[in-house]
Amino acid sequence: MSGSEVIIVGGGVTGLSAGWWLARSGVKVTVLDKFIVGWEASGRNGGGASHYSSPLFDEEQRMWPQMDELLGYPTEHQKGRILIAMTERQWEQYRFIAERHTRLNHPVELLDVKQVQEAVPLAGDNCFGGVHYKFGGHANPQRTVQAYAWALQDLGGKIVQHSPVVGFETAGGKVTAVKTANATYGCDAVVVAAGPQIPQLMAQLGVDVPLAAARAEMIITEPAPMMPLGGVDGHKIYGRQTLRGNLAYGGGPHEWLDVDATGPAARPSTPLARNLAKRLAELLPKAAHLNVIRSWAGVIENSPDGRPIIDRLTSPDNVVVASMSSVGFGLSPASGHAIRDLVIDGKCSFADIDILKLSRFDGLEKDWREKRGWMPIA
Amino acid sequence: MDLNFNGTDLCAINGTRSAPEARYDLVVVGAGPSGIAAAVAGAKAGQSVLLVDENPISGALMGNDTPLYFGGRMTTATQNSDRMLEAIFMSMPELEAAMEAGVELLLGTTAWGVYRNGPGVQSLPDQVVGLADRDRSWMVGFDKIVIATGARDLAIAFPGWNQPGVMGAAALTMLLTRYDAFAGRRLLVLGSHDLALETALLALEKGLEVAALVEVRDAPQGSAALVDKLKAAGVAIHCGQSIKATKGGLDGVEGATLTDGTEFTCDTICVAIGLVPSIELVDAMHGPRTLNAQRGGYIPAGEPNVEAVGICAGLPDTGFDHVAYRMDWVRAALKTNAPDTIICQCEEVTLADLIGVQPPHYLDRPAAIQARSLNTLLQDGPANPDQIKRLTRSGMGVCQGRRCRDQVAMLLAIESDKPFGTIPLATHRAPVRPLPLKILAEWDEPAAMDAAWDVWFGIPTQWVPVEDIGTPQEDAHREMLYTGMYK
Repeated sequence: MSGSEVIIVGGGVTGLSAGWWLARSGVKVTVLDKFIVGWEASGRNGGGASHYSSPLFDEEQRMWPQMDELLGYPTEHQKGRILIAMTERQWEQYRFIAERHTRLNHPVELLDVKQVQEAVPLAGDNCFGGVHYKFGGHANPQRTVQAYAWALQDLGGKIVQHSPVVGFETAGGKVTAVKTANATYGCDAVVVAAGPQIPQLMAQLGVDVPLAAARAEMIITEPAPMMPLGGVDGHKIYGRQTLRGNLAYGGGPHEWLDVDATGPAARPSTPLARNLAKRLAELLPKAAHLNVIRSWAGVIENSPDGRPIIDRLTSPDNVVVASMSSVGFGLSPASGHAIRDLVIDGKCSFADIDILKLSRFDGLEKDWREKRGWMPIA
Repeated sequence: MDLNFNGTDLCAINGTRSAPEARYDLVVVGAGPSGIAAAVAGAKAGQSVLLVDENPISGALMGNDTPLYFGGRMTTATQNSDRMLEAIFMSMPELEAAMEAGVELLLGTTAWGVYRNGPGVQSLPDQVVGLADRDRSWMVGFDKIVIATGARDLAIAFPGWNQPGVMGAAALTMLLTRYDAFAGRRLLVLGSHDLALETALLALEKGLEVAALVEVRDAPQGSAALVDKLKAAGVAIHCGQSIKATKGGLDGVEGATLTDGTEFTCDTICVAIGLVPSIELVDAMHGPRTLNAQRGGYIPAGEPNVEAVGICAGLPDTGFDHVAYRMDWVRAALKTNAPDTIICQCEEVTLADLIGVQPPHYLDRPAAIQARSLNTLLQDGPANPDQIKRLTRSGMGVCQGRRCRDQVAMLLAIESDKPFGTIPLATHRAPVRPLPLKILAEWDEPAAMDAAWDVWFGIPTQWVPVEDIGTPQEDAHREMLYTGMYK
């Protein structure tokens, strides 16, 4: 496919990684984004990169340590994570997870309270213990999305911002062009990686993609002294210590939304910041005096089973649709590779991703959102 | 194990939030003259009124130049909060009158966020304002909120501005008039518009020395009467000048040199080139705002239940173009500031790093990133301060961008050759004051919140390892990690 034109709809982390992988294969790539690359969930998440439940896990783990060098720009990737239990029930749950990792040959170590505090000096002696993942890690989402975008440009790809896609032209069972308000981009293939806007876009091609959008929130503190291990999860919150030292944390209840074709209307944070602050102060009691300096929210979409949809359609047959179902950042080095493979070869070369096919939702009930309670508050 | 959907997502926010701890017809934020007047008017009309004011500010916040640009020039007296509470109360006799009119008054209480239902959120039980004192935070509901948060200092960078003793006019006025806690003796004042003239005259009245005023334009900008009064007091205004260099020591500023080489000895440089209406609360709640150069920059556009009053709603319009004036200062600074002049003090972002869109110094700068700059970024679209912030970290620090937000917006406008205002202002976020985790925390949250709390969406199928799908391990996973959902 060298020399052909691929249009990527959506400059989030998944679309950008796909574009970068395609550009590395000599494909001419143009990424169209409604605003600025990585502006939505791709730049607003916790930065975790340890998705052992995914068929893309091995590739995620293989790629991350190389990403700074391959992209040519810093991602702030750091290795390892720890899960700290703050209640007896959590300790039971986390040991269950540790056993599962051992069974699946993912290296983990159970830590006692003293060992937890050595790795995470901000932790208190009120924890029950920890599970140290000797795999996975975390990176800076905002720096990483820009790194993908710049690396893609360095390979000759184009980024067109402030250009929402409004429709497609089709002929002979293929999409032949992608339209924005001001321009029409002819193409040989299309990747639709537009997050919550995927259903509206794909409906134009007569394809039903079941996704529901929701809002989630995070808080960040002023910098703390750097800890030996910055990827600290547990107590039902997730997050990381940034390389600057800030503690960025999220988790907790989400709010289902309706998102129209133009994308999220707003991303308001709410007093949920207080509930996040409570849990972070419990998880890392020696950080309780640190100032919270910002909160923010992001809008992410989920498929009915919460797993990604990465699939090349049969009709039109030059379209790949990709939603990472609210877990896209960490897996991006691998999801981009899979999308590249589907675009160029029609098949993923490094993993069996049949489980991510759209067809698993054939016959899904029309009221699947209502049935799950995934409806906006009336 | 099949999932048994029952129409309820146990991990959704619906119905999990606490109700506000109290509710008032009217909440007024800021107990300056305008805020007090609004509160008293409400009380006299029979409304239940809560008036909050963040003063006395804790020494720790002052040290972070919050909410005003104190520049480390407060005396140790500000560490004594009881003494400061008394000083504040004594300095505002109107407060007692307001309380007599039935206004409930909370000093030392900051309003850090206003929340309401709207686009993207429908889960709030009420429209609420988040409050905090030195012990805790809580939420208060309201029918109407009046924002009377005043205006804060506009800071601009010059060589050595990142040391104690460089401060703003509003902070100086606050320390002189309400706290009686200013630690300097001899001031150099930047600016010659009314703000600078009035600040210099106040300093003289309080027995301080004013070394001189410095004006970037060719003539004094303020009212002739004030200029004459200052000249009569023997204070010169050096026009067509800005700061070329500063001298400093352990205690900060010791002197300054103007672009024409004139040297001054001073322990404080008071930046008095402009005030910026304090719109943080309005902006963080996505309230409408508008740019009005004659009224000090971005001001709240106003809406029925969220009213801005006093200079928070805009400086008095005297026809003076504040934005053009500030831009002159920034343009002059661009001529004298070295590339390594710090723009964002918290994150130590230099002018060169800001314009070069370079990452912080703890990261490597491979050749590819050194080739990137604002110019290459502009080829992808207009500059956006929030994007610049993500890449350079300017504005990401503990002062929450108070010292650099406005100048970054001006620098981006100048560097991208666009008028100020076409470049958006970096967004404000709640909490609009730095708040310790233990203060912000809702320690007594409702049980429903904890019951709904999952690390992510709580979708039972989302995190099952692909190897385990369809095996007994999947059931075990669900049993252990998801209690109740779709059972």
